Amino acid sequence: MVALLLILGLGGLAALYSERLHPGLPRWMSLAVCALALLCLLPTAGASGVAPGTWLQHLRVDWLPRLGISFELGLDGLSWLLVALSLLLGLIAVASSWDEIDFRPGLFQANLLWTLTGVCGVFLALDLVLFFLFWEVMLVPMYLLIAIWGHEDRARAAMKFFIFTQASGLLMLVAIVTLAVTVGAGGQLSFSYFDLLGGALEPRTAYLLMLGFFLAFAVKLPAFPFHTWLPDAHTQAPTAGSVLLAGILLKTGAYGLLRFCLPLFPQASAEFAPVAVALGAAGVIYGAVLAFAQRDFKRLVAYSSVSHMGFVLLGLYAFNALAVQGSIMQMVAHGVSTAALFMMAGALQHRLHTRDMARMGGLWAQAPRMGACALFFAVASLGLPGLGNFVAEFLVLAGLFAVRPWMTLLAALGLITAAIYALWMIQRTFQGPAREELSPTDFGAREMLAMAAMMFALLWLGLYPQPVLDIARPVVDHLLQFDFSVREAL
Amino acid sequence: MSGAELQAILPLGILAGGIILVMLQIAFRRHLATSISLSLLTLLATAAAALEGGADMPVTPLLQADSFARLFTVLFCLAGAISTLLSTDYLGQRDDEPEEYYLLLLLSSLGACVLAYASHLASLLLGLELMSVALYALIAYPNKAPLPLEAAVKYLMLSGAASATALFGFALLYAGTGSLSFTGLGQALDANPETGVLLPVAAVMVVAGLAFKLSLVPFHLWTPDVYQGAPSPITGFLASVSKAAVLVVLLRWFSDANLFRFPALVQTTAVLAVLSMLVGNLLALLQDNIKRMLAYSSIAHMGYLMIVFAAAAAPGQRDFALEAASYYLIAYTATTLAAFALLTMLGAGEGGREHCQLQDVSGLFWRYPGPAILLLVALLSLAGIPLTAGFLAKFYLVGAASGSGQWVLLGSLVIGSAIGIYYYLRVVFYMSRRPGEYQSRPGMTRFWPVRLTAWLLVAAVLLLGVLPQPLLHYLASIL
Repeated sequence: MVALLLILGLGGLAALYSERLHPGLPRWMSLAVCALALLCLLPTAGASGVAPGTWLQHLRVDWLPRLGISFELGLDGLSWLLVALSLLLGLIAVASSWDEIDFRPGLFQANLLWTLTGVCGVFLALDLVLFFLFWEVMLVPMYLLIAIWGHEDRARAAMKFFIFTQASGLLMLVAIVTLAVTVGAGGQLSFSYFDLLGGALEPRTAYLLMLGFFLAFAVKLPAFPFHTWLPDAHTQAPTAGSVLLAGILLKTGAYGLLRFCLPLFPQASAEFAPVAVALGAAGVIYGAVLAFAQRDFKRLVAYSSVSHMGFVLLGLYAFNALAVQGSIMQMVAHGVSTAALFMMAGALQHRLHTRDMARMGGLWAQAPRMGACALFFAVASLGLPGLGNFVAEFLVLAGLFAVRPWMTLLAALGLITAAIYALWMIQRTFQGPAREELSPTDFGAREMLAMAAMMFALLWLGLYPQPVLDIARPVVDHLLQFDFSVREAL
Repeated sequence: MSGAELQAILPLGILAGGIILVMLQIAFRRHLATSISLSLLTLLATAAAALEGGADMPVTPLLQADSFARLFTVLFCLAGAISTLLSTDYLGQRDDEPEEYYLLLLLSSLGACVLAYASHLASLLLGLELMSVALYALIAYPNKAPLPLEAAVKYLMLSGAASATALFGFALLYAGTGSLSFTGLGQALDANPETGVLLPVAAVMVVAGLAFKLSLVPFHLWTPDVYQGAPSPITGFLASVSKAAVLVVLLRWFSDANLFRFPALVQTTAVLAVLSMLVGNLLALLQDNIKRMLAYSSIAHMGYLMIVFAAAAAPGQRDFALEAASYYLIAYTATTLAAFALLTMLGAGEGGREHCQLQDVSGLFWRYPGPAILLLVALLSLAGIPLTAGFLAKFYLVGAASGSGQWVLLGSLVIGSAIGIYYYLRVVFYMSRRPGEYQSRPGMTRFWPVRLTAWLLVAAVLLLGVLPQPLLHYLASIL
């Protein structure tokens, strides 16, 4: 695990300096680094079938014993899935920005790899302060990616992104510290996940602390109404930045809820569940409706992310195996499908110099391969059976129905609206009469390779999701051992 | 005074001796390089002597030698040495005979160190005035420009008024308690708990005077103008050492006299803290000059620091709060000096004008990547992003405040920090502007000692953020 983080971090440094040798070298460097990191991860695959609550790898070294902070990393099925997803999307991100970046490519790739380092750190950290550290550290390179290589309105978007995440992060820090101080009162302070699990808390304190965590994760997820940073940041970011943002940065929010917020405060979470589910359902519908109203290709995809991440929230707060499995599945499937759509948006912008769909149309005739790919990922994102997103959303809805049938009904409306905006998007860009003034070159071999990889992933997730479910199974079982029943009214 | 006592305040002796030496050298044989080397040597020798350790004992009723005092003596002397180094480059192009400048810097450092040792209102006043009077002259030293003069006069008038107010407060305290030493004050207040009007008035005056020196809202009005007008190395010194010294002596006063037991006093510090955090951060948003921006940011940081007084008032939290304050002061000093070091380096060698507008750092990433990364680290540390000293400092404060249940203060801290991100990042954004998007392109100093100092400072900021365990351990052991 340490090797993995080191490879990514030092790889970023290497990419930064390789620019001096040749401007084309950094992108090869980051491809190699991501591939190497994936190789590191491979030996730990096949995690299915272990007992709930065990760790594939676990490492703990004292860091700041005076403050009870240790360098503690742990890998289980959930972390494994998300780290693997991050690295794969890292490869995709490099491919998607292959010849988009002319300005300081070394620094660009370095920031890309450092963002990945931060994200993987978030997925691995088991000490809450370490987790917070990675949580914040991944923001800085991402901020630079948007602020330096972004589009026309990048300053505002980057700033908004940073301030939203940072402000909610500070609340989480306060919650983390208060939790540790309360649980470890009188004794040695400790921020280790295991020391904080099951700590005795006053119901009121627990509820407030839970809110601190929830806010930070809800901003990142993003849950309605904390999503306003997302359309700006996604739209203004360079393609690789959008791919990383949508593909994995959003997943850190969901991961945080699953790993920390729910197990640390099971009772408070159960009490909060109606609100969370309502927010999730609102997000599903609101995101879908707003997506439909967009003219900007990237903004549309961004709002569709709000909608899809609403399902994750719904699934997590249903507290049953089916729905939580669905949420995890949704994280992976949405990561892949949205990354592909953002890559498509980037490719279109690179060729047409606009993201405005009103100025597109009839592109299928000139670029059939692009059209076919776009159609594939559009229907994937609207939840066509046979593809990963369908499995995920179905599991979430099926799981939730057992608990909150009416909310399920509401959320299911999101599936219909998703179909509308996704097909509408395809119609406005690729179909209709061909326009003479647009003559985009079609996808080349490199882009087709990346697209094919993602198509394969979605098909596999859709047709044979069992391996993913098996890997996540122990984590889900472990989570559900906590007591999520609502206390009797006092 | 016995030999053992002299031994205990050896650092102060070395510093004072060095000052006399430099003065004589200037009087008899004016030579710039000698003055600079002697000053540096004096400061480093003082720091070394303080590091060496010594006996913990009261030295006359005025001074208290202990590890706490020695720790901050080391910090102030190192900060003084850094300011000296930065000034060599800065003054090199602006003034003809700046030997006395270094003498003044030494005097100001001595004042700060005396404050670190002070355990009596008389020595507090002596240290405070020694430090401030030297600073008046330092601010006005590059006297060919109007801004420094204006800043110096402003600082002189207002600071003088503040000192006078505090002094009057001391007099009233003496009238009320009959004692001037910190512990004596505490005992007198214990023995004689009657609530006349004398002591509250005295407390208000002292608080106002010292809050002025710390530039807490609403006593902050001088800060931006003075920061902007003063030469950059001196602004760095003013922002870090002069504030840290006042805070150190306040901490000692509060704990020796156990002033934490007076709820009204503690609440006053809390109100000042909240105001400073919010107003400082909000006004910083409006600044286009980086020095002014840092001035408001320093107001906000002093506000964060004032949290420790309320935190220390809770039972059982005193030691942790003092530890938090000490760490915060060290981290803040290193970070502030780093930021001002970068501002000093920027535009050196191009006439007398300073280059501290936001436009001046445009594209710094591409023109001077090294210094730009240094400034980035300093700003991130001020903003409290992990892996820097600033984060751990803020973490400490959150720990102290949360342990004592100061939720209002914590809320202000969160809001203030969130606002703070905006103006720190704005600088970063300007630094990342691409070539062709800006006009102003000031150069960068080529003087290697200054560059080396800047790198060392940033290394210190990172080291304090990543591997501070020895320091934390030491802090915990002395408090």
